[in-house]
Order: sequence, then C-alpha cells, then structure tokens
Amino acid sequence: MFGKLSWEAVPFHEPIVMVTIAMIALGGLALFAGITYFKKWTYLWTEWLTSVDHKKIGVMYIIVAMVMLLRGFADAIMMRTQLAMATEGSPGYLPPEHYDQIFTAHGVIMIIFMAMPFFTGLMNLAVPLQIGARDVAFPFLNSLSFWLLVSGVVLINLSLGVGEFAKTGWVAYPPLSGLQYSPGVGMDYYIWALQLSGLGTTLTGVNFLATVLKMRTPGMKLMDMPIFTWTCTWANVLIVASFPILTATLALLTLDRYMDFHIFTNELGGNPMMYVNLFWAWGHPEVYILILPAFGIFSEVISAFTGKKLFGHHSMIYASGAISVLGFMVWLHHFFTMGSGASVNAFFGLATMLISIPTGVKLFNWLFTIYQGRLRFTSQVLWTLGFMVTFAIGGMTGVLLAIPGADFVLHNSLFVIAHFHNVIIGGAVFGYIAGFGFYFPKAFGFKLHEGWGKAAFWFWISGFFVAFMPLYALGFMGMTRRLNATTNPEWVPYLYVAMFGAVMIAFGIACQLIQLYVSVRDRNKAENRCDHGDPWNAHTLEWSTSSPPPFYNFAVLPKADCIDPFTEAKENGTAYKVPAKYEPIHMPNNTATGVVMGALLTVFGFAMIWHIWWLAIASLAGTVIYFAIHAARDDQGYMVPVDVIERIEAEQHKRLVAAGKIPATATRVETSLEKA
Amino acid sequence: MANAPHTHGHDDAGHGSVKSYAIGFILSVILTIIPFGLVMYPSLPKSITLWIVLAFAIIQVLVHLVYFLHLDRSAAQRNNVIAFVFAAIVIVLLVGLSLWIMFSIHTFMMAK
Amino acid sequence: MSNLVTNVGHAHGDHGHDDHHHDSGEMTVYGFWLYLMTDCILFASIFAVYAVLVNNVAGGPSGHDIFELPYVLGETALLLFSSITYGFAMLAFFRGNKKQVLGWLAMTFLFGAGFIGMEINEFHMLISEGYGPNRSGFLSGFFTLVGTHGLHVTSGLIWMAIMMYQVNKHGLTATNKTRLSCLSLFWHFLDVVWICVFTVVYLMGTM
Repeated sequence: MFGKLSWEAVPFHEPIVMVTIAMIALGGLALFAGITYFKKWTYLWTEWLTSVDHKKIGVMYIIVAMVMLLRGFADAIMMRTQLAMATEGSPGYLPPEHYDQIFTAHGVIMIIFMAMPFFTGLMNLAVPLQIGARDVAFPFLNSLSFWLLVSGVVLINLSLGVGEFAKTGWVAYPPLSGLQYSPGVGMDYYIWALQLSGLGTTLTGVNFLATVLKMRTPGMKLMDMPIFTWTCTWANVLIVASFPILTATLALLTLDRYMDFHIFTNELGGNPMMYVNLFWAWGHPEVYILILPAFGIFSEVISAFTGKKLFGHHSMIYASGAISVLGFMVWLHHFFTMGSGASVNAFFGLATMLISIPTGVKLFNWLFTIYQGRLRFTSQVLWTLGFMVTFAIGGMTGVLLAIPGADFVLHNSLFVIAHFHNVIIGGAVFGYIAGFGFYFPKAFGFKLHEGWGKAAFWFWISGFFVAFMPLYALGFMGMTRRLNATTNPEWVPYLYVAMFGAVMIAFGIACQLIQLYVSVRDRNKAENRCDHGDPWNAHTLEWSTSSPPPFYNFAVLPKADCIDPFTEAKENGTAYKVPAKYEPIHMPNNTATGVVMGALLTVFGFAMIWHIWWLAIASLAGTVIYFAIHAARDDQGYMVPVDVIERIEAEQHKRLVAAGKIPATATRVETSLEKA
Repeated sequence: MANAPHTHGHDDAGHGSVKSYAIGFILSVILTIIPFGLVMYPSLPKSITLWIVLAFAIIQVLVHLVYFLHLDRSAAQRNNVIAFVFAAIVIVLLVGLSLWIMFSIHTFMMAK
Repeated sequence: MSNLVTNVGHAHGDHGHDDHHHDSGEMTVYGFWLYLMTDCILFASIFAVYAVLVNNVAGGPSGHDIFELPYVLGETALLLFSSITYGFAMLAFFRGNKKQVLGWLAMTFLFGAGFIGMEINEFHMLISEGYGPNRSGFLSGFFTLVGTHGLHVTSGLIWMAIMMYQVNKHGLTATNKTRLSCLSLFWHFLDVVWICVFTVVYLMGTM
C-alpha cells in the first residue's frame, strides 16, 4: 500500500538530523501561524502563489534561492568543522554515511537549488522590463516552471527527514549510483528532484528565448538589448541545448534502477563511462549557465555606477556567445583521466583554454568602462571589484587544470574543489548578491542598507580567501576530495584555517540577514524610499518604471532604438512623457494550475521514490488531466480598463515630481510612439 | 472570438498544399524502399550500402522538413530554420564528440 | 496556455481580436517548435547511448538475430501514411471543413494506433523469448530508444484524441488551430525521428 515507506524511514536515531527537522518544523509552524494571525492566506494565494506575473515569480525564485543558500551553507559549515576535527585518525562527529549525504546535498543544493533559482529570479524580474515587454511569452508556463522548482526543493528537503539522500557526490556516477551499490531511496530522491526542477528550467529556457526573440519593444534591435538580457539569452541557449541531455541521462539511470536495464551497469554489457560522458556534456554547459547571467549583472552594475555607457557593448555580446559555444565543446576536461587518450585530451584541453580569451575580453571591457569614469563605490560595485580579483584567480587555476598532464595529478584533489568554488563563489554568488542589491529597490521600492551590505561583502571576500586558498595548498599536498577524515599531520593547520574562513563567511551571511531586517524596518525613511523607480540613475528601460513597476509594466510600449535607451531619453528630455491617451491593455489571468500541477508532480516524485505505484500512476494521470482541463478552459485573460491605467500612471507622475525627476509643470505631451 | 478559420494572413508559407504533401510522400516512399531493399537483398558491397542508407536517411529527413514541416527560406520560417540549424549543430557536436570519446576509451582501455 | 501578453511588432494599439489570437498563436507554435528542438537533443542523447551499447550483446542476440525488416517496413508505412493524413487534416482545417478535419484526424489516429500496436507486439515477442531489456546492454539501448519514440507517439495519440473531442465540441476555433498546428509539428517530428530509428537501429543493425 505504501511501497517501501514505513516509520523506519525517519532517522530517530540520528540526533543531528532530528534536531534539524525539529527546527525546520518549528520555523514552518511559526510561519504558518504568522500568516494565519495576520489573515494573509488569501493575499498570498491570489497575489503571489497563483500569479503569472514575471516580477512576482522572480521574487519568489529569489526567496527560494536564499532559503536554500542557508541549507547549503549549513552543509558547508558541517563539512569544514568535521574536517577540522577529524584529523590524525580522529573520527569527528559525522560518520561516513552521513557525511557522504552532506557533501552530495551541498553540491546539489548550491548548484541546482540556490544558484539556478537565483539567476532565474533575477532574469524574471529584469529581462522583460529591459526589453520593454509587458510579460514573458508564456506567463502560465513561467508559473509552472517555478512550481516545478519548488517540487524539487520539497523533495530534497523531505529527504532529510523521510529516508535519506544520495551518498554518491553531486555527480552520482554509476555503478555507485546504480541499484546494487545505492539500494536505498537516496539516489531516487536525487533523480526525481533533479528531473522535476530540470523540466522547469527547460521550459524557462524556451519561454525566455521566445520572449527575447519576439517581444522586444518596437524598434529595439537584438544588438541593442542590454547586456544582462544578452547574457541571460546565451544562458537560455545553453539551457535549451544541455538540459535535454540531463533529462535523458537521469531517465536512463532510472531505467537501470527501476526496471533492471543495463545501460550503465557493470555487468551484462552496460557502460558506466557513458554516464560520465553524458553527465558532463550537460554539467559543463550548466556551469556556464550559472556564470553568464552573473557576468551580465556586473556589466549593468559597472555601467550604472560609472555613469558611462558600457565599453564594447557589441564585443561583450560576441564574447558571451563565444563562451557559450566553446562551453559546449569542453566537457571532457572533467574526466581527462578516464582514458580517452592523448588526442582527445589535447582537443578538449585546448578548447578549454580558449575560453579564457573571450572571458578576458569581457574583463577588459569592464576595466575600460571604469577607466576615466567616476566609479561610485557602492556595495554592488564592491561585489563587482571583488569578483574581478577572485574570478581571475579562479579562472587561472582553471586554465592550469585544463592541461591534461597537470590534471592527471590534480584530478579529484582539493585543488579542483578550490578552483570551482573560486569561480562559482567569486563569479556567480558575488554576481547574484550584487544583482540582488541592484534590483531589490526595483522590486520593492526601497533600498537595502548600504553599511550592512558592505560589511557582508568584506566578510564574504575575506572569508572566501581564508577558506579556499588553503585548499589549493592541500590539493598540491595530495589531499583528495570527499574525505570525511584525514590522517596526515601536515594538513591540519590548513584545515583549521579553512574552517575559520567558513566561519567568516557565516558572519557575512549574518550581515546579509541583518541587512534585510534593518532595511525592511527602515523602509519608509525618506533616504531609503525610491518608488519613483530610478535610484541609481541607470541606463536601461527597467529603471523608467516605478518601483515596483505597475503590473502591466508599461502603459505605452517604450521607444527604444539604441543602446541604453533610458539614458538617451533622459538626455533628450523625452523621458517620462505622458501620452495624450491610453489604450486598454490585454493581461493574462492568474491561475492555480501551476501550483496544482507542481503539487501533483511532487506527490508523483515521492511515490516513485518509495515505490508506491498506485499513487505514482494516480498523481501522474491527475497532472495530465488537470492540465487538459486548464487548456480546455482556454482562458483568454482580461482587458485592463483605461481609467485603471490612468490612475496608476497619475500616481507615478506625482512620485516623479516629488522626487524631482520631472518638473512640476510637466504637461501631457504626445509620446514619440504615438506620433509614429 | 474567431470561429471561422483564419484566412491566410501572415503565414501562407506555413500551410502547405496537397501537392507538397504528395511530392513529400512519393519522395519518402522512394527514399525508404531503396534502403530497405538494399539491406534485405544485399546486392552491393557493405560499405556502399551503408553510405547509401545513411545518405538517404539524411535526405528523407530534409524532405520531411521541407514538405511536411514547411521549412523554407522565407522570412516567416527564418526563426524556425535558425532554431533547427542550431539544434542540428548541437546534436552533431554531442553525438560526434561523444562517439569519438567513447570509442577512444574503448581502444585505450582494451575493453573486450 | 495563456500567452496573451503580446508585444507584437506593430505599433498600433487596436488589434482586432482575431489578430491577437493569431499573433499569440504564432508565438505558441514557435515556442512549441523550440521545445521540439530540445526533444531532438533528448533523442540524440539516447541515440548516442544506443551507438555505444550496440555491440554489448553479453552473449545474447544481436540486432541481426532479432530484427524482421518486412515487419519494420510495415510500421514505417503506417507512420508515413499517418503523416500524410495529418497533413490532409490541416489542409481541411484551412478550407474550413470540420467534418473532413475530424475524418482525417481519425485516420491518422488509426494509423498511429496501428503503429503502436505493431510495436507492442514486437516488444512482447522479444520479451517472451527472453530477449527483454534486462538481457544485455544492447537490448537495453534498443528498448529505450524505440520505446521512448513509442511513448512519444502514444502521447501524441492521447493529445490527438483530446483535440478531436475539442474540434467536435467547439469547431474550428483559433485556439484549436494553434493546438492542431503544434500537434502537427509534433507528429511530423516523430516521423523524422523514426527515419533515424529505422536507419540506425534496424537497417544498420541487420547489415
């Protein structure tokens, strides 16, 4: 009736896990109680959970990302403390079967459930506004994508208290991840969490490619689009190209595990090495998917805070494209040592090194933008400068690893760990934190506290170096990855220093949490409010709307026929022009279908994990049927009446006058769009 | 709410005609029968048969794309063609490089 | 699928309701085409796996031993005919003939169901002889590749049945046109994949 599920699935005998579950349960209960007390369930449901508005969906993605950052970081602190304690033969406090789940979960969470949703959220928030569109091409699909991510999040968090997680490392190579060596449910939690959220990501890629190709405001050429939109577009191209590979590979592993197939098994003609090949054919583009939008954020930040047009706009686009194309041809560098021989290794090693060239182009473009600009050292700029230094080092160690001969010594050592944390933290994490600070005012109408933001930065960057530079040394000294205990006395001081670095990062995260609290508390102070929409005096169209933007984004589609169209309009005096009249706007309706399908698919995943076949069939059928009913309803949305638009625009007009953005005497003038 | 079918406005090119389906069908039949025949009744050297089979498959795929999926050089179809060419490049890279890798491993690992 | 927020490439504000649906329909079809490209890459991954596993027969049968080309030719004919009949269904839609649309769709459904029936039969025969997917890497690859294609065709048939119901109930609406266009892309794409399947798996496997 319940498959493999029983009360034994709950790890009552593991105190660390039980305490964690208790804390999560208490926190969850407090949240529920709070929402109920303030009578916000209806508001939550109608305004957020069933929303198809890209801005709201973007905010929800980022909330999920930040919550999962906390869990992934908790895993990191646990690993660092274990390694600092379990030296010279001591066992530490985490037995191997527990430690293995922690490093696996850490990787999966940070990559799939922190970095991916973080960039997806920022992309959702900013990209439609940047191209002067009213929403994405497929708003319902956008909602569904979000709820598919939540499915994955629910499953991976459930694995903590009900059953176990995979113990294979985040890459889950067979035969270790096959049925014989991972007979438990952990690997199945891994598979279904990734399959469901991966489906959401693929749909997002399709959605945003269609949006960018077909929904730019009239006059905006592709090459005029802002760099953040461009880097997100390249990332979406990579998503569309690579995620099907992950879907296929996980499905094949599922067939091996569930139906005794021999695709990746050792016996009867399977080939485990094909998994490694396919996994990384997805896995390498995946890390470029993570980094490219961060590069885009840095471009926006530098351009905004130097007050200058970004140097080399076109070359940025081509360089990002080159990185994407090359990023699809280098995946073997993750397994130089698997035995393809010198010719294959040489090709992939060379291709890997070539990526540093377009990356260098981007770096120099940022530097040239800063040169002879008046750089304002805001916290976003600090994150960007920190990125430049940190990522450059990480990139260089990557080029080092790209030499097959060197990799033969360093493969699977802590040197590799240090390298990829160097580029992911220095690149993606710093970028998304900068993006968070940059776009927070756009989403909520008030700025984040600068002081706490800067404190967070200094703790993060110094903590990063203290935590990870010792790992480079340890890699050279021969320490391999995924060890839960060590015996070499020479390694001990480095492990202590690394742990201290992790604690420093913890302080950085604490500063970010305090920053959030303080900013929300002081949100109505005059110096923090910026609902007029342009706190940074920035260049692109998203800053021409109020903060938060009206739900329809633009009452009249903006004129944009050059790079940095908002600055162009401000300089020409055509910004904030009030049109002679408004037209009704066609908007989509909210819908519960995304939530329901996500919930049913979560049940499906859970049922598959625990081999509750009747429930799996029922929930899958339910999902399909519910979607068919939704489609049959053929909801055509609604028209926003002109008087609603006029009221909202008039309020924005007052804010702009109050902020001194336009003179009080500004009258209704025909927009150039209407003249056309 | 339109209940009548839409008159061909923007995308005439995307519709096809009886003629195009008929041509596509006949070409597909020819491009199917010949490979099947060559394999069922081996009359040519094996390597030549292999090349013909592969070439005819590629040609038949193109026939389907043009006559059934209506891809052509018109402006209306351009986005679709670009998307397809992109996917084709990805596939060639993925499958080509993967096979190179796996067969190299097979050689060097002296697998049975 | 509500994808109505259209930033159509024209500046004028008042579109006829028709045009809105047509434009959002065009967007839907393009988005579906993009999704189909991801499906192509998914199939390519499985083809690559098949190619790597094709000689791993683990002492069991190879393709040459188990493939029956006349049977496969029959399956191919059914699928090819179904592509034509679907094309005729679309042509009937653009001529505004609802009865013919339903008729041609029904023919397509029958051909497609026939294809699936033949495939299920083939799988059943193999499994009952002990040549199921758990016998060897080669057979795992074979069942996965051909089976994935078959699952896609089956999904298409379910979709087709729903569409026949919708066309019967609501007529030749713009929404139905968009959705039938998407299904058309899907159906033809599956025939394209089948060309690769019978070439790589059956023909090359028998040679």
